[in-house]
Amino acid sequence: MLSLSPRGTASEFWRYAAPLLALALTALITGAIFAFMGRPPLLTVTTFLVTPLLAPGGWEALLVKAAPLVLMAVGLSIAYRANVWNIGAEGQYTLGALAAGGLALALPDAPGWAIYPALMLAGLLGGVAYASLVAWLRTSFNANEILTSLMLAYVAQYLLVYLVTGPWRDPDGFGFPQTALFSDAASGPRLVEGSNLHLGLIIAPLIALAAWLVLNRSVLGFQFRVFGQAPRAARFAGFNENRLIWLAMAISGGLAGLAGMFEVTGTQGQLTINLGPGYGFTAIIVGFLGRLNPLGVVPAGLLLALTYLGGDAAQMNLGLSSAITGIFQGILLFCLLGSDVLITHRLRWRVRA
Amino acid sequence: MTALLVSVIAAATPLLLAALGALLVEKVAVLNLGVEGMMLMGAIAGFAVAHSTGNLPLALLAAIAAGMALALLFAVLTLTLQANQTASGLALTIFGRGFSALVGAGYVGIAAPTLPRIAIPGLSDLPFVGPVLFGHDPLVYFALALVGAVAWFLYRTHAGLILRAIGDQHDAAHVLGYKVVRIRYAVVLFGGAMAGLAGAYMSLSYTPLWTQDMIAGRGWVALALVTFAAWRPFWVMIGAWLFGGIMYLALYMQALGVPVPTALLSALPYLGTIFVLVLISRDARRIRLHRPAMLGRPFSAGG
Repeated sequence: MLSLSPRGTASEFWRYAAPLLALALTALITGAIFAFMGRPPLLTVTTFLVTPLLAPGGWEALLVKAAPLVLMAVGLSIAYRANVWNIGAEGQYTLGALAAGGLALALPDAPGWAIYPALMLAGLLGGVAYASLVAWLRTSFNANEILTSLMLAYVAQYLLVYLVTGPWRDPDGFGFPQTALFSDAASGPRLVEGSNLHLGLIIAPLIALAAWLVLNRSVLGFQFRVFGQAPRAARFAGFNENRLIWLAMAISGGLAGLAGMFEVTGTQGQLTINLGPGYGFTAIIVGFLGRLNPLGVVPAGLLLALTYLGGDAAQMNLGLSSAITGIFQGILLFCLLGSDVLITHRLRWRVRA
Repeated sequence: MTALLVSVIAAATPLLLAALGALLVEKVAVLNLGVEGMMLMGAIAGFAVAHSTGNLPLALLAAIAAGMALALLFAVLTLTLQANQTASGLALTIFGRGFSALVGAGYVGIAAPTLPRIAIPGLSDLPFVGPVLFGHDPLVYFALALVGAVAWFLYRTHAGLILRAIGDQHDAAHVLGYKVVRIRYAVVLFGGAMAGLAGAYMSLSYTPLWTQDMIAGRGWVALALVTFAAWRPFWVMIGAWLFGGIMYLALYMQALGVPVPTALLSALPYLGTIFVLVLISRDARRIRLHRPAMLGRPFSAGG
């Protein structure tokens, strides 16, 4: 029978091969599910993973979806490395979008060179402020950040609903739960004229690179990693635990807020009760798939962005529910967590005595 | 007043069921953050079976099976493959949301038979206490009985003692010859069963309908309750009633037309959870005293 035996040292090979194995397993399992549902498995899997890239505008859509995922997952990677479990990025994303959206609505006539940087700052600060709440509850009251950040994500959603159905609702919007459209200046510069490619697409990989440098080449990054792997050692070394928690929350929250800002200004152009397909939760998967490494997060973000497009394609071409995206994402994370055992263990075939 | 208490107990029941399951799981030092996902699976499984067969006991069994299936996945990942418990729990919730939405797409906006209310002869006729405590459906009674059963099991039986030993010092329990991994598997499955049942209560009695994401964070509230209760069953019940009260209050104020926007009232239970967590967690010593010492730590017999 198969048995697991511990390796002496962690396998570097499997650290990077495990995501690929997980992807292959996920394709197999989802194929099996499709077959069980009476669909041709191969066609369905290719519709899900390949068709979107061949469609006109497919790459553009992919990049636009990947940008918020990468931004958020970079922040989460840093936080998780420091053992700070911010799982409410969705809420910080919403607050970033609200801060930027509110400012854009308040200043409809501001020129682009002034308003766009201001909106970026607002989005960033909105996310930082909301995440700081979690950090404060953790450092001052010892409240578990997993639960508080998640509860605040629900609160943020209701705050959004309140604002766009109440004080911020477009008076000329026929009662729809949405705000007025932002000015053209607020939607920022485009990388290609007439496309949806907003500035966030360039900023996201740059931030990933910067985060990698901070995490691997700076004293602060070293402190994050020690705090995450050996909190007792970090304490003996005199690292300020509360400061690290605050910073980890602020970084992950700020990047989530920035992602929300780019999304509402760059692709939506107004606030509605639905700010996205749950990027904040998917970003958690992106983080793990990218090995909690800011550079690894970039390809992982592209892959998970593809699952959104794949869900749409499966819905349009095959009449499947787009909920298939969530299933694919969940199975991918399962397979990844399972495959990770190969980093620390060897799989052996052993004949039972 | 009677109507209020009846509603509070109803709102508290899913929290109570899920939290008691989670409590036992945490007692053996396993942290399964997938309660929300398991509840969603239980809700849709119960609803789908009730709708297509009309057989309610079968529907409840289906909900239990659905919760256990996800719990089994979690157990294989964390107990056999030693994956990170936090990440695996999150995976369970993400998967449960997606899977229940896919399966449930065809069940939105249709009706299924609901759990019947069962009057208990004699007790239900008591003034005040009768209607408040004894005019509910079977799952409410079950949840209340489960509080006593879990407390009795944990603190008055040999098996309960072993469970607590595994949670507080798994290496010692292993040396004494207890099958740590096997026992944890069983308890994790029990947690899944209770979460599934809690989900079925939502879709077959409380709401009673299927809508996407209908658990709306109750799985997370249940996890918060376990911490709030400092891992003690009777306090879980008190906590569940408290949250049931807050949830009812939000609904009741809407019905009364209190001039606070609906959306903000809906955020009340979540803010309440945070507030209570803060109050409880402030005393770090008290948490440390009751917290299973090995919570979240992996165990392998090979050392």
